[in-house]
Amino acid sequence: MEQLYGIFLYTVFLLTMGGIYAVLTLGLNIQWGFTGLFNAGVAGFFAIGAYTTAIVTTAASERHLGGLGLPPAAGIVAAMVASSIIAWGVGRMCIRLRADYLAIATLGIAEILRLVLKNEVWATNGPRGISVIPKPFEHLAEPWNQIAMLLLVVAVVAVLYVLLERVWHSPWGRVMAAIRENEAAARAAGKDVERLRIVAFILGGALMGLGGALMAHHIKFIELQAAEPITATFLVWVMLVVGGSANNRGAIVGAVLIWTLWSAAEILITGLPPEWAVKAAYLRIFLVGLALQFILQRFPDGIFRERRLRTVSSPSIKEHSPCRKCC
Amino acid sequence: MDHVMHAAPPTPLLALEGLTRRFGGLTAVNRCSFTIEAGRITGVIGPNGAGKTTIFNMVAGALVPSAGRILFDGEDITGVPTHRLFHRGIVRTFQIPHEFGRLTVLENLMTVPASQPGERLWPVWLTPGTVARRERDVRERAEDALRFLTLWDLRDELAMNLSGGQKKLLEIGRAMMTTPRLVLLDEPGAGVNPTLLARLREMILELNRQRHYTFVIIEHDMDFIASLCERVIVLAQGAVLTDGPMDEVRRDPRVLDAYLGGGDENCP
Repeated sequence: MEQLYGIFLYTVFLLTMGGIYAVLTLGLNIQWGFTGLFNAGVAGFFAIGAYTTAIVTTAASERHLGGLGLPPAAGIVAAMVASSIIAWGVGRMCIRLRADYLAIATLGIAEILRLVLKNEVWATNGPRGISVIPKPFEHLAEPWNQIAMLLLVVAVVAVLYVLLERVWHSPWGRVMAAIRENEAAARAAGKDVERLRIVAFILGGALMGLGGALMAHHIKFIELQAAEPITATFLVWVMLVVGGSANNRGAIVGAVLIWTLWSAAEILITGLPPEWAVKAAYLRIFLVGLALQFILQRFPDGIFRERRLRTVSSPSIKEHSPCRKCC
Repeated sequence: MDHVMHAAPPTPLLALEGLTRRFGGLTAVNRCSFTIEAGRITGVIGPNGAGKTTIFNMVAGALVPSAGRILFDGEDITGVPTHRLFHRGIVRTFQIPHEFGRLTVLENLMTVPASQPGERLWPVWLTPGTVARRERDVRERAEDALRFLTLWDLRDELAMNLSGGQKKLLEIGRAMMTTPRLVLLDEPGAGVNPTLLARLREMILELNRQRHYTFVIIEHDMDFIASLCERVIVLAQGAVLTDGPMDEVRRDPRVLDAYLGGGDENCP
């Protein structure tokens, strides 16, 4: 019975983490799936969100900046605002770059942010991180506090899904897809490509900040390891590619699926003999890579393919294949 | 004759003054000057590398001139970006069709109209009724254009699945989704079969006569140009070689020389 209860708690934790990753993946989907912006610095926006809410909501401390002691809701809003401002700044500098150059630029900026967070010890407590971050519903008894947190994350994902589905199937989604498909033609059709791209970049960045904030509140602790590119950028990209780019449902399913796989791999490698312990971390990445290969062999466009935009004239949502004449 | 005749004196809608564009050591357009009259269909011809598309790119705001000025309706528009020129009524098509591949044919056209409230986030979330009403108007206009272009049956097809000729029609359709004052067509007939080309010609004439669109057309098909344009501007090595009625241009020995000494099959 105790073992079953443990499995239940682990499942709740797993789904909560999957939900938080779904928020990050939905943010990346706006940037890459909808608009074609190659952001390789998801970790940077995640870290800004996590540290902002940590600084805003923790009690006063000599070890780091802030100590405002505000409620988590205020911290989450502050995290989204901070990551939006950073996204705006990055967007103003880099948004004209071609996809591959944008990837390099955002990767570099994310690393700069990480180094700033690491070295500005007075503000962030450096590598030791910020602890005792308040968690919503922590006054409730276990398991209700964990279940309530899961429900909060599920509610956030559901609200985001509804809002993003609405914009994707609107003229906003259409113009973003047009920019992604052919930038020169979009300009020739009178669209202010730079402005629209920056809007998409800010919206995506805000969701990444929200994901970071939820993570900080969920695990009550934030340190730089959480913002490592492997877990906060690479995994999110794998989630989007596996789930299906330009498909909100795909982003959510991909996030939960890959997080489950990532966690299962951790359980697997803990059973390995001690001499394998050093290699275990790499084995985990290898397993995710292998899963990515397997899924893309079976589903080249991801599990959920991009859905045709729904306009007033075509209310039914139909999935399309890359080439319906020959495939 | 199909030519469009106007009694009123021609008004220069577009004027190029000493327009120059250099790419490193290459001068693609060299002190080029000419005017385009409102309401007319004007042809621009010349051998490959004459600078035709470079001039289009500068007029449409995709390239900034190295020197010279572009006046549109008397106003200096030199260096104004493409999307702003679109709102002033300058619309262009491309030599190689630029469609929004993974959007349907209908959506390709619905993307074009300016100031759609649904292209901003807050109206989509907060005032969906306003967005839907405008969307219905835009859809009706796009459907009218598709009927005119004989693309109605393909309205729900992805644009990337169209043939080259159909993509050319779609480009013209995008121009029809606004109220253009000047339409720049870059080789609309390239790769288009004779039947579709005849239809394309009819459409251009109809848009000119009924909707008073001013066209400037780059084209290598001389019969196509001759059947549409009273006036033809011939470019060679980035400058205007000659300018006048097609019959005169055809007889000009300099034009024959420019087209490979008169031996080329494209020779006028």
